[in-house]
Amino acid sequence: MPKLKSLEDLVRVREEAQHSLRTRTDTNTTITVGMGTCGIAAGARDTMRAILDELAVRGIEAHVTTVGCIGQCVKEPLVDIEQAGQPRITYANVKPDMVPGLIEQHLIKGQPVQEWVVGRLPAN
Amino acid sequence: MLELALHVLDILQNAVEAGAASVVLEIEEDRAADRLRIVVSDNGRGIPPEALNSVINPFHTTRTSRHVGLGLPLFAAAAERAGGRLAVYSPSRHLLGHGGQPLGPGTTVEATFVLSHPDRQPLGDLTDTLLSFLLSAQSPELCYMHRVDGETFTFDTTELRAQLDGLPLSHPLVYRWLSEFIAEGEAQIRATDSSGASAVQERAECLN
Repeated sequence: MPKLKSLEDLVRVREEAQHSLRTRTDTNTTITVGMGTCGIAAGARDTMRAILDELAVRGIEAHVTTVGCIGQCVKEPLVDIEQAGQPRITYANVKPDMVPGLIEQHLIKGQPVQEWVVGRLPAN
Repeated sequence: MLELALHVLDILQNAVEAGAASVVLEIEEDRAADRLRIVVSDNGRGIPPEALNSVINPFHTTRTSRHVGLGLPLFAAAAERAGGRLAVYSPSRHLLGHGGQPLGPGTTVEATFVLSHPDRQPLGDLTDTLLSFLLSAQSPELCYMHRVDGETFTFDTTELRAQLDGLPLSHPLVYRWLSEFIAEGEAQIRATDSSGASAVQERAECLN
């Protein structure tokens, strides 16, 4: 079992993360993926995987979380992108092949992809 | 849903919705007995006795935003197609001691399958299922055990969190590590040839 060795590894991960604390607060980004029955059936888990992979490839430090159904099942997979000081944007029907473009436009160029947007909440 | 791992994710999400502080997921593949068993237990608010008989009815749901609940009926259909069955118990069949105070009596969902049944769906990508669950915003503690014949992969998020000193699982460095850790553990129980009878009855400490 890789367990013991890997658990010690986690301490190193933690230390590394604490070093990057400052960058994390500056680029405070959270991506939320709907993971109710409807989201799962629509492929939300693959969308989440595509997001994780794309963030790793681009070296973007963003938090990723999953949530239940919000009642817009036909628009699943739903993905929200929230950045400090920016409105929270909800994207609909996000398939894995849309993820690289979405991350490039929204997170790198700072321009939400209007045609995929279904919701917008003002920044707190 | 084309793989059992997606059903598992769905049942895990039910536990999150039920306000569980702690969840146990056990997957046992036993080739000698030709049986696959998947058990999800939580310590959430549970299911009232009068509703227990109708949870497998697709027109029963606790939600108020719509009138159908498909998670359990779909999982039941997947089990029955493959020579097995689905049982739902509330109170939960596990004593869930770790990870905070229970909210209620909890629920256990147990699905069995004939392992070699031609209509049994593949298990699928358990790494991504577990990761999706571990990244959930409410993030209950998870005790996980996957046994393939004599080989076991197990982890407990309370142990992981103890190493992380408050750093959330949704932190990029942490979820990348978790993803590799789980993929490695899952690969290992498949890689080992356990045809010998030296099965070690390893039991996760968080399973009591």
